[in-house]
Amino acid sequence: MSLLQIEELVVEVAGQRILNGLNLALDTGEVHAIMGPNGSGKSTLANVMAGRPGYEVVEGRIEFDGVELADLEPDTRAHAGLFLAFQYPVEIPGVSNMEFLKASLDNLHAARELEAVSTVEFMKSVRAIAEELDLNPEFLKRGVNEGFSGGEKKRNEILQLLLLQPRLAVLDETDSGLDIDALQVVAKGVNRFSGPDNGVLLITHYQRLLDHIVPDVVHVLAEGRIVRSGDKDLALDLEAKGYSWVVA
Amino acid sequence: MDSLVNAEYEAGFTTDVETETLPPGLDESVVRFISAKKGEPEWLTEWRLSAYQAWQDMPTPQWAHVHFPPIDFQSISYYSAPKSQTDGPTSLEEVDPELLDTYKKLGIPLHEQEILAGVRKEVAVDAVFDSVSIATTFKDKLADAGVIFCSISEAVHEHPDLVQRYLGSVVPQRDNFYAALNSAVFSDGSFVYIPKGVRCPMELSTYFRINAQNTGQFERTLIVADAGSYVSYLEGCTAPMRDENQLHAAVVELVALDDAQIKYSTVQNWYPGDKDGKGGIYNFVTKRGACRGDRSKISWTQVETGSAITWKYPSVVLRGNDSVGEFYSVALTNNYQQADTGTKMIHMGRNTKSTIVSKGISAGKSENSYRGLVRTTPSAQGARNYTQCDSLLIGSESGAHTFPYIESQNPSAIIEHEASTSKVSDEQLFLCQQRGIDAEKAVSMIVNGFCKEVFRELPMEFAVEAGKLLEVSLEGAVG
Repeated sequence: MSLLQIEELVVEVAGQRILNGLNLALDTGEVHAIMGPNGSGKSTLANVMAGRPGYEVVEGRIEFDGVELADLEPDTRAHAGLFLAFQYPVEIPGVSNMEFLKASLDNLHAARELEAVSTVEFMKSVRAIAEELDLNPEFLKRGVNEGFSGGEKKRNEILQLLLLQPRLAVLDETDSGLDIDALQVVAKGVNRFSGPDNGVLLITHYQRLLDHIVPDVVHVLAEGRIVRSGDKDLALDLEAKGYSWVVA
Repeated sequence: MDSLVNAEYEAGFTTDVETETLPPGLDESVVRFISAKKGEPEWLTEWRLSAYQAWQDMPTPQWAHVHFPPIDFQSISYYSAPKSQTDGPTSLEEVDPELLDTYKKLGIPLHEQEILAGVRKEVAVDAVFDSVSIATTFKDKLADAGVIFCSISEAVHEHPDLVQRYLGSVVPQRDNFYAALNSAVFSDGSFVYIPKGVRCPMELSTYFRINAQNTGQFERTLIVADAGSYVSYLEGCTAPMRDENQLHAAVVELVALDDAQIKYSTVQNWYPGDKDGKGGIYNFVTKRGACRGDRSKISWTQVETGSAITWKYPSVVLRGNDSVGEFYSVALTNNYQQADTGTKMIHMGRNTKSTIVSKGISAGKSENSYRGLVRTTPSAQGARNYTQCDSLLIGSESGAHTFPYIESQNPSAIIEHEASTSKVSDEQLFLCQQRGIDAEKAVSMIVNGFCKEVFRELPMEFAVEAGKLLEVSLEGAVG
C-alpha cells in the first residue's frame, strides 16, 4: 500500500475546474517532484491535500496511509502525519513562534498518543534545528512569521518540518524567492528529514532545487493532470527544452 | 469560520434563597426606605435625596454607539436582600449555605480555611450578593495593618468621617444620569482605606453577582489610598442567566493622595444574553480615580467579556504633579453584544503622564467601540499621553469603532495616538490547523496573543482566569 494514493482527482476552486483526473502514488522512502507551468494546478494539489477551505473535491480520491482524506478537517490530516510547507507563510502577530511551535507539537503528540515533550526538551531540539538552518534563536520570541524576510519564513517552515516529523511532507514552491544560500539550507533540511519511513512531495517550478534534493520520480503536471513521469533526468530535459515539449 | 459563536454561559445558575424585595418603582419614599433600611445618618439620606432630585431632570445619555429600547425605570425594583441576611451573619458559618454554594460554583475563594491551609493564595473577599454584602474575610489581618476593608454600609456606621469626606468627591451626585441614579439608590459595595505609608498586605477582591430577577444592582465602591500607601484591588463580576435585561449601574471612586498607588483590576463576565441577543445585563458604570497627590498613580486594568451592553469609561483625573494614570483594557464582544468602553485621562498637574492600551475583539454580530478622551488643561505643563488602540475582528458581521477625543490646552503637552484594525484570517486559522491545532484553540491562541500587553498587567491568577474566560466567550466563534 502506498503512503499516498491519488486516483482520478477532480478539484474545483470557486466553481472552476483546476485538477482534472490526477493520479499519483508515492511510497515511504520516496521523494517525488511535481513540476509544471504556472497555472497547471500545482498549488491546488498541495492545498486540496491539506484540506484548505475553498478547494472542493468533485470526484476521485486522496488516500493517505489507507485513509480517505476528503472529509477530514485540516487538523485531523495533520494529526495523521500530513505536513504542508506553505508557499506564502502567513503572520500571526502577538503569538510567539515558541508558543505556536509548542502548541503544535503538543497537539500532534496528544493526537498521536505520544508522550508529551517537556519544555526543556522542546527548547533543546528547537534550538538545535534553528542552528542547523542558520536561524537566529531570537526568532523564537518573535510573533509567528512576524517581520520575517521571505527566506526566514521558508526556513521557519523547514524548522517546523524537522520538529514535527510528519509522515509526508508536501513542499509548495518552498524554493521560490530564495537566494542560492537559503536554497542550500532548505535543501539540507529536507534531505535530513527524508528517510525510509516518510515521503516527500516537492512542488516546484524550477529545476534548480532538484540539484540539491535528488528526486526518485519527477512528474509533469499540466492542465490539471500528470502528463508525464520519469526519473531525475526528466527535470533536466524540462529545463533545457521548456514545458511545451511535454505539454503539447 | 462563522459558526464558532455559541458560548454556553457557565455561570448561568440561580440561587434559591428567600429574598426581601421592594416592589418595582422609584420615588422619594423608595430612597428613604433604602436609607432607613440601612439605618443611615441623616446627611446620607439627604445626600441620596438630592441625587434623586437631580436625576429626575436628567436626560439619559444618547451619545454612545449602542442601541437598546428605552428603559422603564419604574419597572425596576431598587432593593433586594436575601432574607436570611436581615439579622446579619457574624461569621461564615452563619451564611446561608446556598449562598456559599453559589460562590463555590463561581470558584470564589471565600472559605478562610482553604486559604489559610494554603490551598489558595491569600485574597480578602468582600462578596456582594445582590444588594447586601454578605461576608468579608481576612478582616483581622487587614485590621492589624490598619487597613479598612468592609462594605460601604458598614463604613457609613463605623467610619462616617471618611465616608462623608470622600463619598461623591470623585464622581459627584449629578455627574451623569446613571451616577445620579446610583447615588440615590445605591445598595452596597466595598469601602477601602489604606492608611499613610501602608502597603496593603494582600490583594483585595470583590465578587459582584446579580441574582434576583428584575433587580438592578447599584453598587458603590470607594477606595482611599492615603499618602505613600499601595493597594491592589480585584473585582470579578458574574450574573446568572436571565431572560429580561437587568440594569447594573455601579459607581467606583478611587482617591490617591501623595505618592499613593492604586491598582484596580476588573474581570467582568456578566451574562451577555443568549446567541440571539435575548436577555443580558446592561452594564452602565461610572468609574473614576482622582490622583490628588503629587507622584500618585492609578491603574485601571479591565477584561470585559460579558454584558449585553457595556457603557464604561474608567478614568483618571491627574491633579497632582508628576501623577500617573493608566488604562489597560480588553473588551470582547460576541453574538449581539454591544460595548462602548474606553477612558478619560484629564491632565491638570505638571508633568503628568498617562498610558492607554485598548484591545477590542469583535465576533458574531457584535459592536465594539473604543471611546477615549485625553485632555490637558492650561496648567498641565509637560503632560504626556500615549494611546494605543487595536481592534481585532473575527468573522465578517461584527463591527469595530474607535472614537478618540483629544483636547490639548497646553502647548507643551505631547499626545500620541496609534490605532490598528486587523482580522483573524482564514489563512491564519488554516496555518494553525495544518500544524495540528484545532480551530477553536487557534482562535483562542490568536486572541490571547492580541491581548498579551493587557494581560501582563493583571495579577497572576486573574491573568489565567482572563485567558480562560476569553476561550469560553469565543466558543463557537469559528468553525
